[in-house]
Amino acid sequence: MRLELVRRPESPWFGIVAPLLAVALTVASGFVLFLALGLDPVETLYQFMLAPLTTFQSLTELGVKGAPLALIATGLAIGFRANVWNIGAEGQLIIGAIAAGGVALAFWNEAGWWILPLMLAASVAGGMAWAAIPAFLKTRFGVNEILTSLMLTYVASLILQMLVFGPWKDPDGFNYPQTRLFSEAALLPVLIEGTRLHAGALVALLAALAAWFVMARTVTGFEIAVVGDAPQAARFAGFSTRRTVWLSFLVGGGAAGLAGAFEAAGPIGQLVPVLTPGYGFTAIIVAFLGRLSPPGIVAAAALMALTYIGGENAQITAGLPQAATGVFQGMLLFYLLATDGLLRFRIRLTGARSPRAAQP
Amino acid sequence: MSAVPPRLALAGITKRFGAVVANDDISFSVAPGEIHALVGENGAGKSTLVKIIYGLLRPDAGVIRWNGETVAPTDPHAARRLGIGMVFQHFSLFDAFTVAENIALGLDAAGDRRALAARIASVSASYGLPLEPGRAVGTLSMGERQRVEIVRCLLQNPRLLVMDEPTSVLTPQEAEVLFATLRRLAAEGCSILYISHKLDEIRALCQRATILRAGRVVANCNPAVETARSMAEMMIGNELRVTKRMPSDRAPEKPARLSVNGLDRPAERAFGVALRDIRFSVGPGEIFGIAGVAGNGQGELMEALSGEWRTSAAAAIAVDGAPVADRGPQARRLAGLYTLPEERNGHAAVPGMSLAANTLLSARHHMGLTRAGVIRRDAARRFAQRIVSAFDVRTFGVDVPASSLSGGNLQKFVVGRELLQKPAVLVVAQPTWGVDAGAAAAIHIALADLAREGAAIVVISQDLDELLSLTDRIAVISGGRLSRTLQTAQVTVDEIGLLMGGAEGETRDAA
Repeated sequence: MRLELVRRPESPWFGIVAPLLAVALTVASGFVLFLALGLDPVETLYQFMLAPLTTFQSLTELGVKGAPLALIATGLAIGFRANVWNIGAEGQLIIGAIAAGGVALAFWNEAGWWILPLMLAASVAGGMAWAAIPAFLKTRFGVNEILTSLMLTYVASLILQMLVFGPWKDPDGFNYPQTRLFSEAALLPVLIEGTRLHAGALVALLAALAAWFVMARTVTGFEIAVVGDAPQAARFAGFSTRRTVWLSFLVGGGAAGLAGAFEAAGPIGQLVPVLTPGYGFTAIIVAFLGRLSPPGIVAAAALMALTYIGGENAQITAGLPQAATGVFQGMLLFYLLATDGLLRFRIRLTGARSPRAAQP
Repeated sequence: MSAVPPRLALAGITKRFGAVVANDDISFSVAPGEIHALVGENGAGKSTLVKIIYGLLRPDAGVIRWNGETVAPTDPHAARRLGIGMVFQHFSLFDAFTVAENIALGLDAAGDRRALAARIASVSASYGLPLEPGRAVGTLSMGERQRVEIVRCLLQNPRLLVMDEPTSVLTPQEAEVLFATLRRLAAEGCSILYISHKLDEIRALCQRATILRAGRVVANCNPAVETARSMAEMMIGNELRVTKRMPSDRAPEKPARLSVNGLDRPAERAFGVALRDIRFSVGPGEIFGIAGVAGNGQGELMEALSGEWRTSAAAAIAVDGAPVADRGPQARRLAGLYTLPEERNGHAAVPGMSLAANTLLSARHHMGLTRAGVIRRDAARRFAQRIVSAFDVRTFGVDVPASSLSGGNLQKFVVGRELLQKPAVLVVAQPTWGVDAGAAAAIHIALADLAREGAAIVVISQDLDELLSLTDRIAVISGGRLSRTLQTAQVTVDEIGLLMGGAEGETRDAA
């Protein structure tokens, strides 16, 4: 018995059908999963997928959780387009948050309009610096960037813990492992009074718009796409692979670092040992669910944010375990890859033949 | 009429791709032991037809009869079980594996290693195709690699062997050996379907020829009684323009536009070739040919000339006196040096991108297709349209992906892209590789016109006929060294064949 993949004729519909089918299959599997857990599947799915869309408050939460996902995924997608695999956005996010937090803590008893911009600049620089390490190792020594960027995430996480358990711990904080609360000048302005929706959501949308323009309309975007599609043609055109690797990592790291500052100076308002529920990793799913195109990424980020909020919702109302959110996200990526593959290729089983049979 | 049914008979084969009819009611037959030529322009439907015979495509209508029985091969396994063997133009071999391993990989049922090695040895000996089963394929010449593919087919006892452009990678001497093998196979009763553009070869080898034009059979003829010219006219449907060029009246005192002064390049890959002390110069209005069997350093030389590979010895390559060897491809284009690599798909063009986008690869600066880093999409589309109309590229517009064009049409497009930029120096590898006679003539005329306007042109090609009819002077690359330069008008095929085999320089060491 042998499996063969047979390519099907291309169709422009694949790009749209695959994500929709993946969502439908995830919902169907969720139905079975909830049933097996002894929950009312219809009610749980409602709490999970639809309830968050029914109140204004939870709709703004969609923006709060979707913004960092969209921002990070937009940055990562540029690299993925060029076949540069930065898996370490979570670490770049953490370093960005540390850089921003450092600025906030250094000037915590001062008030000035310049504190917040300085924090954001520091976070971008921090994320870029962290991403520069795998970029350097790849371009200089040919080290696989997937491993280095991923492993650096754990290093970043430990650095954060070292700081909040040690020198940066709030002196008035009853020994809790967290920093001081940032001063007013170091917090992001809230867009809608009474909600947590902050300016970061606006920045994420602008970043998506800018990324779309760069990728679709500029020579730099063309260069990235050619390096990803046909590296030899890129060399013929005079495009530099090394430059593209650096660009990919710096943009991806900068965006992730900025998202880190938005988290620390937005909903959290201080540095804590665990800053995000894994936005840096979920953003990888978001980038692919959005087909690496900025408009798709914004939609996919909203969908992923929905699974976070819906997961919390279903925990409270239906007693769903917390792990269900991760399972849901995992299923979504799995089904996306599966539908994508199966729409493009047909699987054919060829029967086993005796190795001697065909010999003369 | 003999009582024996034809080995292969096609009746009314029709295949559509959307609005395009690739094969329209094609019927012909191949008798046992016959060497049958399939001739046609690019896009005439040869590849589609071969894929149908080999089970890679299903016809929309029509019947295939195999020894008189109706068959419908659904995949290559089924075709091979019937006894159909196929040698593709592009080999599917792994450099790092041995001959025996490569053959085992391609067989449906390889059996055990030692028995296989013995069978390889016996088949290759009995057909005059010497091969060492234990050698790594990366160390073999193109001709030897082709032998591996042929032996792989022969091990399955084919009753019909399909050969796609088999001599494009061979020296004239190697081609003669191949012909002897094919005649021998035919004498034993194996039918051969021979696809080629080289009409002289077909006349020498084939008993019958089926000529395709625009998806239809336009003629069935006996090549021995036709001339190459009459067959070419049947193929393209109108009278052929002769491309034989008069030697350029280059004034010898004019300074060279391109000069290569002792270019050295170490071997980089495991089976790569080192370039050693390459020297030549090309003046205005001159076409300089570099002949040689594939894999003797042409790829490495092309990369060094294009700027994909650079050296710190800047003066090793000079364009109009300006040293450029340390600069990248785009800087060299600004200096006037344009290149066009041999491989269209993925090197000279990005298959998944539109024709309009593909103009940006080399023409973005010179044709003003960008402004302040932003792509002028209308300008790119207009330039693509200019190429399409100037070079008669058959395409459904300039927004279709490059991969949707047939090989010859894509070649016309990329050649047109460079030529319309009026380069001072153009280096082009295999400009008519896999291109039909009509398109090849158009490309040759365009190159000659560019030379007449004062450009210096270098043509790196394995097609000797092309070099002999197109160039003013010619040199041969062998084992990474360039031979002395010969005047094309005075050179003989035998002389070049000997230089190709490395008769002058050192013999090539097996990496």
